[in-house]
Amino acid sequence: MEDRLTIAGEALRSRLILGSGGFRSLDQFERAIRASGAELVTVALRRVEQAPGGLYEAIERAGCRVLPNTAGCFTARDAVATARLAREAFQTSWVKLEVIGDRRTLLPDAVELLQAAETLVGEGFTVLPYTNEDAVLARRLEDAGCAAVMPLGSPIGSGLGIRNPTAIEMLRQAVGVPVILDAGIGTASDAALAMELGCDGVLSATAIARARDPERMARALRLAVEAGREALAAGRVPRVDHVARASTSDAGLPDLTPA
Amino acid sequence: MRVVINGAERELPDGARVSDALRAVGVRADERGVAVALDAEVLPRAGWEETTIPDGARLEIVRATAGG
Repeated sequence: MEDRLTIAGEALRSRLILGSGGFRSLDQFERAIRASGAELVTVALRRVEQAPGGLYEAIERAGCRVLPNTAGCFTARDAVATARLAREAFQTSWVKLEVIGDRRTLLPDAVELLQAAETLVGEGFTVLPYTNEDAVLARRLEDAGCAAVMPLGSPIGSGLGIRNPTAIEMLRQAVGVPVILDAGIGTASDAALAMELGCDGVLSATAIARARDPERMARALRLAVEAGREALAAGRVPRVDHVARASTSDAGLPDLTPA
Repeated sequence: MRVVINGAERELPDGARVSDALRAVGVRADERGVAVALDAEVLPRAGWEETTIPDGARLEIVRATAGG
């Protein structure tokens, strides 16, 4: 059976989701999309004066689907209103729900997030909430009808990787919906670790967009996500503390002591 | 009449339609990936041509921008 990330009944062709923020040019962005193999690409909504055209068209040219987010929203009310605008703009009911509680850390506001999720699910949205790496909150979001949960590895744009792998593992075990590691990915090993911990996918924006060579980093993250998924399926060896375990038998070791 | 488009006050002729407001900010009516909120309610594209803007209304006209 083909091993694909399936959200709300839709099988995606990649477990890597690309964020569109931070690229230096549209051309660079398009090359990175192709190298990433991603099917979903996130976008934000802004007033037209602050949003040069062409982004949406570029994503469609690359054969990808837009995943609108509610970036910049600090209340459930604003996030819900933004999601409704996004649904009209892009004719998709999918939304990456972000409700931020603090400007400095950009950490999610759990209370507003859950409230917004409940409202949007009630309006027929497919809701993918950006959330704290909290197993209980993730379960509450799943109970509210979210189609996936997107826990942070570390703060947005920090590149600090997964600061609390145990919490991510516990979260993975707490919910049945797909878990997409979002925020904090700095390089390929972070993405591989996310997958090894059992995440079903990874979202990356800054790690690719701000790399010296974004196209190449997009490819690196694609391979890392695939490698991590394979490693999880393969089943890693148990860790052995403080002692080595020879993989070669001593039986038949020749005696080479000088006569 | 005066309306507020994306936070800026503008003068539009009485009876102006939402499509006129789009033109005023340089958006083609057939551009995809654009949405309009009229007094904080989403106005579907199908209503842009017919809907007249009430005096003093607040319009938000948005499109996709780069964002994680």
